[in-house]
Amino acid sequence: MRKPTRPAIYGVMAEFDNPTDVVAATRRAHEEGYRNMDAYSPYPIEALSEAVGHHKERLPLIVLIGGIVGLIGGYALQYYVSVINYPLNVGGKPLHSWPAFIPITFETTVLGAAMAAIFGMLALNGLPEPYHPVFNVPNFALASRDRFFLVIEARDPKFDREATTGFLRSLGAQEVADVEH
Amino acid sequence: MSAEAAADTKTTYNAPSSVGQLGGRALVAGVVALVLCVVGAFVNPAGFWRAYLVGYVFWTGVSVGSLAIIMLHHLSGGGWGVVIRRPLEAAARTLPVMAILFLPIAFAVFTHRLYPWTVPEEADLEIIKHKAIYLNIPFFLGRTVFYFAMWFMLSYFLSKWSLAQDSADDPRERRRLKDRLQNLSGPGILLFGLTVTFAAVDWVMSLEPEWFSTIYGLLIMVGWGLTSLAFAIVTTVVISKDERLAHVYQPRHFHDHGKLLLAFVMLWAYFSFSQFLIIWSGNLPEEIPWYMRRLFGGWGYVAVALVIGHFALPFVLLLSRERKRRARSLVVVALLVLMMRVVDLFWTIAPSVLAMPHHGGGADAAHGGGGMADVVAYVLNFITPIAIGGFWLWWYARELASRPLLPLGDQGLEDALADANGHH
Repeated sequence: MRKPTRPAIYGVMAEFDNPTDVVAATRRAHEEGYRNMDAYSPYPIEALSEAVGHHKERLPLIVLIGGIVGLIGGYALQYYVSVINYPLNVGGKPLHSWPAFIPITFETTVLGAAMAAIFGMLALNGLPEPYHPVFNVPNFALASRDRFFLVIEARDPKFDREATTGFLRSLGAQEVADVEH
Repeated sequence: MSAEAAADTKTTYNAPSSVGQLGGRALVAGVVALVLCVVGAFVNPAGFWRAYLVGYVFWTGVSVGSLAIIMLHHLSGGGWGVVIRRPLEAAARTLPVMAILFLPIAFAVFTHRLYPWTVPEEADLEIIKHKAIYLNIPFFLGRTVFYFAMWFMLSYFLSKWSLAQDSADDPRERRRLKDRLQNLSGPGILLFGLTVTFAAVDWVMSLEPEWFSTIYGLLIMVGWGLTSLAFAIVTTVVISKDERLAHVYQPRHFHDHGKLLLAFVMLWAYFSFSQFLIIWSGNLPEEIPWYMRRLFGGWGYVAVALVIGHFALPFVLLLSRERKRRARSLVVVALLVLMMRVVDLFWTIAPSVLAMPHHGGGADAAHGGGGMADVVAYVLNFITPIAIGGFWLWWYARELASRPLLPLGDQGLEDALADANGHH
């Protein structure tokens, strides 16, 4: 029972045999007004993620917050233990000896930031994802070898099966294929 | 790269004429500052020598630290290093200036004006007399000659082979020169570590010969690395204003330089705090006075300024990806770091004899003569870096203009110049 609004296909996939073309094509698609698209390459291409429009991510902010929580939490824990819960006189130093708290505060900051980075990343990119329609295109297996792919998704408001396919062909794609759900 | 472009490269990457003009202006500023230093030296001789050491250690750091970054680049590769290699090599070739500018320090050593251990018979502490086997004038000067000989050697070959790569047309010959540079850089890094450690102990730590810290060499080393990297960033931003060169220095290069700068800032904070934490925890009478002199009285404010300006502020600023990628905002952080390097050396060197003016006399008020003379001593700490820097920069500008600004024979050059799309 499919919802009536669901598009007939997931999107249209264009295949390129070199990184320069896929970056140029992605930029053109972005200029053309397409927003719901994704590109796939065997290795990270910085310019490609920028062209897709991925540079405005929320992950850095999540990591920063995780780090700040770790920083405050680590310091507060030591303060609570050393000053309130179990005060001990160590070498005549004040109970609240901040220099001694710094190394552990640093460690908990890193811990908080690293945890936030991992779980924030998983939450934002939806991994683990057992099924993805792009794998329905047989050639897509080459995305981990020597081919580069640009997929414009059907949920994009500008998407039109004929027009988008034609547009991708005009960008010099080796092949353009429909991506089934 | 097309054949036509290749024919042009030799002239395209020559230094813009602005470099020479800046060098000339620096020389004028240096001479003016030098006159001020001479005046200051008459008002407060003891203060002048410490201040001279601040400026001297700062600029030697740019020369010697550049050697380390060149060698790190030869060992690790990467476009970030290709685009700053020539400025770093030019900075390393300013070593003759620093060797000549050591002569005043040698004079101060001979005339017992700078280091207490030069007059061991007057030292209050027995321990200084026992250290005379290492801390004596002939051995001290001999060691300095050795450090410079090693640094000259590294600078000479790193520059020579790098230039030879430019004119080597045979790829095998280029490969051979690259191997040579790499083979020199491995042992060279070791040599750098050892010579800088000993130079730090000799030139700076021995101002207070009764005190020692085993991390001291690393602290100066990372400080020098930080100084030379920040300086290379400033150079790059200045020369990238030239239209012909604007395409060379891309956001991704500045991004890498910014990341390295952040790493050096954190490393400096890590070493500085390690030294402080260990001495603070031990709280031993032979160690803690070094920090007492630098944390109480007005010096406490300088220490706080260092924590903020030398660590917290650059750290927070450099977290932003966009700020690292924009040359204009990265250069602001680099200039802040350079300024704080002077403040750090001021905080390290000056309190060995001085106290802040409004907190009473210094450890040897007899040398100074009170209020006015003390103020002159503090101000001098920020004039000597300009005086020495004027001559240093003048020489640097000449060295920078004497060769193409990019290593034309470097195998990584094409990748470094390729824009982010992979276009050439």
